[in-house]
Amino acid sequence: MEKFEKLTGVAAPMDMINIDTDMIIPKNFLKTIKRTGLGVNLFDEMRYDDDRNERPDFVLNKPAYRNAEILIAGENFGCGSSREHAPWAIKDFGIRCVIAPSFADIFFNNCFKNGILPIPLPQDQVDILMKDAEKGENARITVDLENQVITTSDGEQIRFEVESFRKHCLMNGLDDIGLTLEKAASIDAFEAKAAQSRPWV
Amino acid sequence: MSSKTLYDKIWDAHIAHEAEDGTCLLYIDRHLVHEVTSPQAFEGLRMAGRTVHAPDKTIAVPDHNVPTTPGRDVHIDNDESRIQVDALDKNARDFGVHYYPVSDIRQGIVHIVGPEQGWTLPGMTVVCGDSHTATHGAFGALAHGIGTSEVEHVLATQTLISKKSKNMKVEITGKLAPGVTAKDITLSVIGKTGTAGGTGYVIEYCGEAIRDLSMEGRMTVCNMAIEGGARAGLIAPDEKTFAYCMGRPHAPKGTQWEAALAWWKTLYSDDDAHWDKVITIRGEDIAPVVTWGTSPEDVLPITASVPAPEDFKGGKVDAAKRSLEYMGLTAGTPLNQIKIDTVFIGSCTNGRIEDLRAAAAILKGKKIAEGMRAMVVPGSGLVRAQAEEEGIAQVFIDAGFEWRLAGCSMCLAMNPDQLEPGERCAATSNRNFEGRQGRGGRTHLMSPAMAAAAAVTGHLTDVREMM
Ligand code: SF4
Repeated sequence: MEKFEKLTGVAAPMDMINIDTDMIIPKNFLKTIKRTGLGVNLFDEMRYDDDRNERPDFVLNKPAYRNAEILIAGENFGCGSSREHAPWAIKDFGIRCVIAPSFADIFFNNCFKNGILPIPLPQDQVDILMKDAEKGENARITVDLENQVITTSDGEQIRFEVESFRKHCLMNGLDDIGLTLEKAASIDAFEAKAAQSRPWV
Repeated sequence: MSSKTLYDKIWDAHIAHEAEDGTCLLYIDRHLVHEVTSPQAFEGLRMAGRTVHAPDKTIAVPDHNVPTTPGRDVHIDNDESRIQVDALDKNARDFGVHYYPVSDIRQGIVHIVGPEQGWTLPGMTVVCGDSHTATHGAFGALAHGIGTSEVEHVLATQTLISKKSKNMKVEITGKLAPGVTAKDITLSVIGKTGTAGGTGYVIEYCGEAIRDLSMEGRMTVCNMAIEGGARAGLIAPDEKTFAYCMGRPHAPKGTQWEAALAWWKTLYSDDDAHWDKVITIRGEDIAPVVTWGTSPEDVLPITASVPAPEDFKGGKVDAAKRSLEYMGLTAGTPLNQIKIDTVFIGSCTNGRIEDLRAAAAILKGKKIAEGMRAMVVPGSGLVRAQAEEEGIAQVFIDAGFEWRLAGCSMCLAMNPDQLEPGERCAATSNRNFEGRQGRGGRTHLMSPAMAAAAAVTGHLTDVREMM
């Protein structure tokens, strides 16, 4: 997995609540058997019209935000299905960090597995970042995972929380499965015990 | 020992390893796999030279993008769908997991097949790369959706890296009025809590109205726990649960059954267990409901009217405006005057035999409205066969419904069953998101009986008027 340490980039403002996974990546793009290549279809139905022309007023189509690396959004971001295609599409587009007042649970998990940092913040702090992001290309925001600080283009600093284990994995680009397999003895012991206590499983 | 909730008990029984910060390796008893969220996971295993840790606890079935018309076992026209189904076929066989291909009568929606075959049992941990895994919570199993990386993790290790959620109790007291169903309960709860009301929680549904539900009704309730944002929904197992499980192909038998039963009977929340959040709704207060917008929280009784954006607060004002525009609705229109052109009965929410019976009871001796496209998609091949045996299939066909083969179908429209832009559908599924049933399609969620009533009248209808 790609490491995440510190990121400075343009943030795209998407001031909408309940942005669901069907919006992030509509199901017609779930038929792939690969993890890559979904970036062009990120937010597909909002981004393109019926003739597949870009809708000029959609934020990621505006010149200032075409290379956004951060997304600022409303509450309950990523609700809906468990499709990991959502974070894959976000990552493939080039966005590495999503900031919102709240996230849906599965989406939140999926981000960490793909080197994306989701940051939940109180609404008033998201509002500050949303305003900052609206300034466009020159307003670059910095997300420093090690120190858990976001710095706005005006130099204002906002602290954020992240679970220590997840931070560790993200900063070192660690593969979960490899880490878990180091605990194979615990798993084997659990299975041996369960074979006795719940043999029907 | 201190008192525990049902969730606490199941959680504690499955910790294979706990780190200092509380991150656990949760042991997974059943891993359900379908064709859309698994190919990248199997590919990952192959690339790393890993195997499936417990193929005996892994069950695969194609459902999301299989066509629901005959001939699909011979050939699937859509290239991408066929590639995914073929990939599942190959992966299931290469890695030796249990598998129900489309040619098998037991094939169906993964969340219907699991319980039907006795894979899902009380006290288990069940995961699947699909958010509606919450369905299995109806058995008192801790069941939730996971992403593809987690699918790969479970395949490789039979565990999930997990942190414990908080406990939430949703109590539905008293009795339901006639015409009110499990679907109305679960939609009403989301209407009350919002789609993020359950975020961070595992919900246990309890109370007399829940106890009174059949196992199938309980599955409908738990199915939509995710729509309320919860990690999982649970219902404590009872005699109904045990009766449902007994004799299923993969349920324990003989002395193992006795041992299992003894443990299952300890699976309930202790009286003085701690709840982080409690919600109580009177069963008598629940009406038959429909959704009017593009979020499952946009729920109102069928007797109400389309709301105005100004009726809401905060970000919901804009969201409601957008919803109404997308749905092509005007504030103030009585919901029961909204005309529909399509009806979809099926999905893991309402694709079981009792759902089909409830719809057929309304349809018997009637015809669907002129120009209506109505489709019923049984949740599994076995549900389909049973409906045919009971004569229900004929009721649907006589009324003018298409009688399809099992799969997810128009619930998410990954197969050819889709809405055209602007088409409006009465659906028994669980999501009314923009484009969910086809780009530009408009979805109203409701119970099977309500969908059947709408099919007959051609507009959203209070089923109580037809009972
Ligand atoms: S029926 Fe719908 S909700 Fe259920 S598993 Fe299939 S696509 Fe998902």
